[in-house]
Amino acid sequence: MKVELRGISKHFGPIRANDGVTLSIESGTLHGLLGENGAGKSTLMKILSGFLSPDRGEILLDGKPIHLHSPAQSIAVGVGMLHQDPLDFSALRVIDNFLLGSPESWWLDRHRNRNRLIELASQFDFRLNPDALLSDLSIGERQQLEIIRLLGLGVRVLILDEPTTAISSQQKEKLFETLRRLTEQGKTVIFVSHKLEEVRSLCSKVSVMAHGKITGEVPMPLPTEELVQMMFGQAVMVGKRCAVPLGDPVLELENVTVSDWRLEVKSLSLEVRAGEVIGLAGLEGSGQHLVLKSCAGLQRPSVGHIRIATQEMTGRPYRDFTKAGVAYMPAGRLEEGLIAGMTLIEHAALIDENPRFFVDWAFAAKTAAQRIEAYNIKGQPGTLVEELSGGNQQRTLLALLPSQSRLLLMEHPTRGLDMESTEYIWKLLLNRTQQGTAILFISSDLDELLDRSDRILIFFEGKVRMMETCGTNLLQLGESIGGKGFE
Amino acid sequence: MNNWEIHPSLVLRVFAILLALVFSAFILLILGTSPLDAFALILSGAFGSLAKLAYVMTAWAPLLLCSAGLLVTFAAGVWNIGIEGQIIMGAVFATGLLQLLQDSLSPAAILVLAAFAGLMGGALWGILAGALKLYGNVNEIFGGLGLNFIAGSLTVYLVLGPWKRPGIGSTSGTQPFPPSLWLPAFNGFQVSPIEVLLGLVAMSLVALALRGTHFGLKLRAIGKNLRAAFLKGIPLNQYMLLAFGLCGGLAGLAGWVLVVGTSARHNLFPLISSGYGFLAILVVLLTNLSALWSVPISFFFAVISMGSLQLALQRQLDSSLGGVIQGMLVLLVLVAKGFQSRTLSRRER
Repeated sequence: MKVELRGISKHFGPIRANDGVTLSIESGTLHGLLGENGAGKSTLMKILSGFLSPDRGEILLDGKPIHLHSPAQSIAVGVGMLHQDPLDFSALRVIDNFLLGSPESWWLDRHRNRNRLIELASQFDFRLNPDALLSDLSIGERQQLEIIRLLGLGVRVLILDEPTTAISSQQKEKLFETLRRLTEQGKTVIFVSHKLEEVRSLCSKVSVMAHGKITGEVPMPLPTEELVQMMFGQAVMVGKRCAVPLGDPVLELENVTVSDWRLEVKSLSLEVRAGEVIGLAGLEGSGQHLVLKSCAGLQRPSVGHIRIATQEMTGRPYRDFTKAGVAYMPAGRLEEGLIAGMTLIEHAALIDENPRFFVDWAFAAKTAAQRIEAYNIKGQPGTLVEELSGGNQQRTLLALLPSQSRLLLMEHPTRGLDMESTEYIWKLLLNRTQQGTAILFISSDLDELLDRSDRILIFFEGKVRMMETCGTNLLQLGESIGGKGFE
Repeated sequence: MNNWEIHPSLVLRVFAILLALVFSAFILLILGTSPLDAFALILSGAFGSLAKLAYVMTAWAPLLLCSAGLLVTFAAGVWNIGIEGQIIMGAVFATGLLQLLQDSLSPAAILVLAAFAGLMGGALWGILAGALKLYGNVNEIFGGLGLNFIAGSLTVYLVLGPWKRPGIGSTSGTQPFPPSLWLPAFNGFQVSPIEVLLGLVAMSLVALALRGTHFGLKLRAIGKNLRAAFLKGIPLNQYMLLAFGLCGGLAGLAGWVLVVGTSARHNLFPLISSGYGFLAILVVLLTNLSALWSVPISFFFAVISMGSLQLALQRQLDSSLGGVIQGMLVLLVLVAKGFQSRTLSRRER
């Protein structure tokens, strides 16, 4: 089935997630959709699979325009999507998950469908026990189930959104083999990823997205460098921070292993010294957040030691880390950082370092006004934080960081800020490093990583590599993030 | 927090209140009663005589206390459904202390000690609901419901068992306390200024605490964004337990009022909380968590509750019609609020 998207636009508030995207995918091919986080890939695919409706533009299947209002409708016309996080029911059995969403009569014919499930699974060498509880399956197996469920529903276009983030390498091989087999059967597969190597080895054609637009469409195979340029832009810049004078150790990680349900970072050792700036690079979910959270005391490592200024902190609660001079700035502005429904004055009162019993509102108002001035926030002291624009919320987050800290841990410190504000914020941050603060920051902006950090920790599927910034160019960094040098 | 400010939603709310009255009138018509007559009866039932007004005040005091407590838990973002049980435990503790010390100290001292006992009883029951939530992972709504049942059953056991009247125990309650252990009243006006004053003071203190203290600020931060509050270093568990304890304490005080209050029955009887806790939840929902508005609205609810008793006495209608009117009012105002936020978010899109 041939898929055509014409002039698709979709915005969320002020953000243009898709900006006039036109894309054509031939029947029976494996088409890659490549782009950074936030490039608009998932939005585009959610539109194609009926999860979202576009503000403008049309969708054509085999040349026929269609209007989708729900995922059920899109499955009915033959388009199915495998989501990044499996949308299944872990408390139910495999067979019941298989049956969910099928347009059957009101009576569940488990017997007939059990045979169908086994037959479909064996076609692809999937070993799925129909009676197993879904919670006992690995993510890879749940993916396999979702694939055959969609195929069982007669899907002819299969969209996979970042399918390899949480599965083992054997399961990945099997997945790739299955996808190739599907295209041989004449099905169309759209493979959404930000992993260069995977897309390069798997797809016959790749479209690259950046900032809500298609920035290139190329047949594979193509040298990685060209893909990197399409993803991250043309300018090739080189890291400039060389030989920065450093102080005493502020943070030491010794042989730290930390993991969550999908990923493990093993035996990481790191020493950060006063005044140092370290960038944490990697595609979203490669382990950088795990490490940053461990340094903040928000995630307990299973093995190893964490020391803040030579003081043993392993296993201590978050509050002790805060007291030891660690400040953590989360990425989710309104989710974790700011409190929607409260004004800037109230936020200023909350960070009062010597609170008395009663709130000194006059003092809080003064603090708020000062920070607004210092951080150039477009808003009044009495403005509710959710009424601020994204960039101003980001400035507010920065403005609320404690004035004295040993170690600043930041997730995407300048996300959503324009060039000028970014420059200004980094000036303030570097002032702090001159007073001995060390900074660890996560960023997906390669320019920022190269420009601001002394060293860069590169994360790829939980593996970590250290890269000196001095003399490194953008291309080398981009390739490493895409997995080069980790095999 | 400018509570008297006229919001654009005010029109919608007034409309919702009018609609609730229309619906209530409709129900009364179905029952074959003239709505005007019924509304007049409710008003005269509440204000017809000093004694009737005294009853309204007696209902107002526990409503004020419970609403004040609920403002604290709602600020922390939790639904303290267990408030009924907390009232009951307050009444149980107060009764227990009164029975224990009866005849030993001066009545005034006993009454004050009983108030503290009630406060403690309610606070303990509240902290229990909080602890179940924080350490046992039991949603406070379910935990509260369960604790309500336990508290209710406990009163039945006490009334029929250890604390039964001399002779044969009856579900009508324990042996009433002598008038010396009642809250003092004005002559001819059977309401004690103490109980209503207590309610008003509690409401003012809560308003002050939420608005003016770091405790209140942090509590509101927790209620609005748990994760961000944690990251800002606020000790969630302590604050949460404190909120449950405070609300429970005020509810327990309401329980004490229901035992020793001037127009109370002066004993412990099953389900002594009489739904005041649930009614207070409606009050604070209706006022959108405003302490200032909770004062007149809780009075209004007390008027409807007490006034509608006349429907039963004079028109053979069930007095629960008052509850129907109150419930309808809250539902329609909430619908108006939901409608408003929906149209608002659509306009933003």
